[in-house]
Amino acid sequence: MSRIQLAQGSGGRENQQLIRDLFLKYFSNPILAQLDDAAVVECGTTAVSTDTFTVHPLEFAGGDIGKLAIAGTTNDVAMRAACPEYLSVGFIIEEGLETELLERIVASMSSELQVTGARIITGDTKVVPRGAVDRLMINTTGFGAVRADCSVKRIVPGDHILISGPIAEHGACIYAAREEIAIAGLTSDCQSLWPAVKALLDHEVPIHAMRDATRGGLAAVLNEWAEQSSTRLMMTEEVIPISEAVRGFTEILGIDPYILACEGAFLLSLPAENSSEAIDILHRCGHPDAVLIGQVENADNGPQVILTSAYGTQRLLDFPYGEILPRIC
Amino acid sequence: MLTHEDLYQRLRSKDSVQQLTKQIWQAVEGDDQPFRIMEVCGGHTYAIVKYGLDQLLPSGVKFIHGPGCPVCVLPQHRIDAAIQLARRPETILVTLGDMIRVPGSRSSLQQTRAEGADVRFVYSPLETIQIARDNPDRQVIYYAIGFETTTPMTALLIDQARHADLNNLCFHTNHVLIPPAMNLLMEQGANIDAFLAPGHVSVITGVDIYEPIVKRFGTPVVISGFEPVDILSAVLSIIRQLKKGLSCCENNYARSVRESGNQKARDLVDRYFELRSDFLWRGIGSIPESALQLKPEFAAIDAERAFAEDCPQAGEEQSSGCICGAILCGHASPLDCSLFAGICTPQRPQGSCMVSNEGACAAYYRYRRTQS
Amino acid sequence: MCLAIPSKITAIDKETSMATVETMGVTRSANLALVEDEVSVGDWVLVHVGIAMSRIDENEARKNLDLFEDILREEDELNVSDSGPGQC
Repeated sequence: MSRIQLAQGSGGRENQQLIRDLFLKYFSNPILAQLDDAAVVECGTTAVSTDTFTVHPLEFAGGDIGKLAIAGTTNDVAMRAACPEYLSVGFIIEEGLETELLERIVASMSSELQVTGARIITGDTKVVPRGAVDRLMINTTGFGAVRADCSVKRIVPGDHILISGPIAEHGACIYAAREEIAIAGLTSDCQSLWPAVKALLDHEVPIHAMRDATRGGLAAVLNEWAEQSSTRLMMTEEVIPISEAVRGFTEILGIDPYILACEGAFLLSLPAENSSEAIDILHRCGHPDAVLIGQVENADNGPQVILTSAYGTQRLLDFPYGEILPRIC
Repeated sequence: MLTHEDLYQRLRSKDSVQQLTKQIWQAVEGDDQPFRIMEVCGGHTYAIVKYGLDQLLPSGVKFIHGPGCPVCVLPQHRIDAAIQLARRPETILVTLGDMIRVPGSRSSLQQTRAEGADVRFVYSPLETIQIARDNPDRQVIYYAIGFETTTPMTALLIDQARHADLNNLCFHTNHVLIPPAMNLLMEQGANIDAFLAPGHVSVITGVDIYEPIVKRFGTPVVISGFEPVDILSAVLSIIRQLKKGLSCCENNYARSVRESGNQKARDLVDRYFELRSDFLWRGIGSIPESALQLKPEFAAIDAERAFAEDCPQAGEEQSSGCICGAILCGHASPLDCSLFAGICTPQRPQGSCMVSNEGACAAYYRYRRTQS
Repeated sequence: MCLAIPSKITAIDKETSMATVETMGVTRSANLALVEDEVSVGDWVLVHVGIAMSRIDENEARKNLDLFEDILREEDELNVSDSGPGQC
């Protein structure tokens, strides 16, 4: 089995060969093909986001680190109502990584790029000695043309809060795989969100803010929103979409689904009068579970997120803290 | 055949919860008598606070959160033992996730792991077998925690380890028993009218273990499951008993709790464990015959004996000024503590009730902090 | 304390005393060594830290559920039966 060697990252022949045989093969476009020190592009008002991806296992049900590295960064760009156009990519590869696996991952990046039409315009590869990194890390930086003013600052009391789909799918899937807890039936929701955002922007839905509920899950995003916009968010627990499998998983381990990551679901805050239109649009473009889950109120007692249960009782939805571990209690 | 619908949805149904709530209101109507119910088990505390069940009840019906969190009640010197054992060379300390943040006198396992110790948190004790097999040259120590529910699982692990001829696995036993703690709380004059008894402890022990408490203190005990409908119907049972002046032990969780419990599990526990003469409970004090230890014939796999130098004896508990003791005895609520949510948080717990999700303070911190 | 989850047995390996169990569409394995009753595929067990602690008794579960049904039907009837919970 062919494996990546240190020499392939050292800037010599082997390095060039890797770039040509693998990266150019899958990422080829006129800008990248120039292979200059820097890519030169035209860009107006630009949304920029960078993220470094490390995930164990590298391949999981519903995706892999490559798909994650593309979707994750283009999603962050899309959340600022910007069309993802360009990406930089940096690979940090542990020597000994199976070449075949790397190729599968690169191919998966390439196919995820098709979803948004974004292009990789510059890249870097490092191969590091065994133990210096856990097999593979990918950094991507995304650049997108801003189409509307969409930011947490615009969240105001009276807004409706929507979620595009079931929460915690990615977090539950990775958790189960990483901890080798033999739990089957979970799939990551990893996907590019730009098509949905584009549909909303094309219909001129006046979105105030969007955020994908990645690390820290729904709980983290809602608490950040409440703090940054100095509001109180009132959420209706029973309508928050959670798949049966994720519910089962979180029951078994005693983990709160609200703190587990999504990689294909995002929150929207928008004027109440536009929420049903937005939900209709989301339903039509691949997000059939999009739903209204709460609203924004004045923060009389300071910023907070309150969950109202099916029984009408209320509780605080807190920021996640600490490691996520199963509990016996 | 039973379905998910039967065992989950129906036990959480909005209609049933509303109807039970209504009946509880009717049952206490015109009654000034308070109904102070101690839910012994942290799992009940967690469910009550998570679902906000206490918010549904009349003001006279109060939940007092009991000592039923197995890591919250461990004294500092036993946490220190876990830390010292984990720091031994060529050692892997294996335990359950609940232990990660529990503070000893100076550190926690989380901190100790960050400093380089090999500490592993498993979902099931039985995973320890594979860890010991995979690391034949290292000493694996299973740090066993839990109440009557979890003790048989440790016993099963010991049993399997012996059959697998593993000679690099030993055990640090911290299994504690619920009835002695309930008994002590009542002796100390806890302000409790009735007990909502732990369902999963009872699955193992059976119903009889509560009889002495019922007889001696005239306190109703109702064994309950963990779903909202289970808990509310147990509360209704308790109120009816109290109103009628009755006190008995009632099994409201018969789908899982047999009268006689699980004899097979208890036999396995008895094969390996015996009573300690006494055991120090954090925030409560020393309680006679309230914990288990490995029998002398298993000294070779008993970490407390094999590595006695790393297992400190009970010393002075460092006090931070928290009122966990009073909370565990039903004399105070987490919101009464001056450290709560300020100095004492789940990230930096000062006292035992803040360390585990099901500790009364941690549950309040998580769900109630700003509603006070 | 003591989180235990009702789980339905979908397969049993008698030799290892292990079962595959399902909870809300999620499957995992559980050890059956401590269960006293004879269990078979389709039975529900209560699983704590990966180990089944008891079989869930269908009759008792039904009795429980029927009682809750009764309570639902007794809407607006004050002082429900003396046959319900709260009896010694």
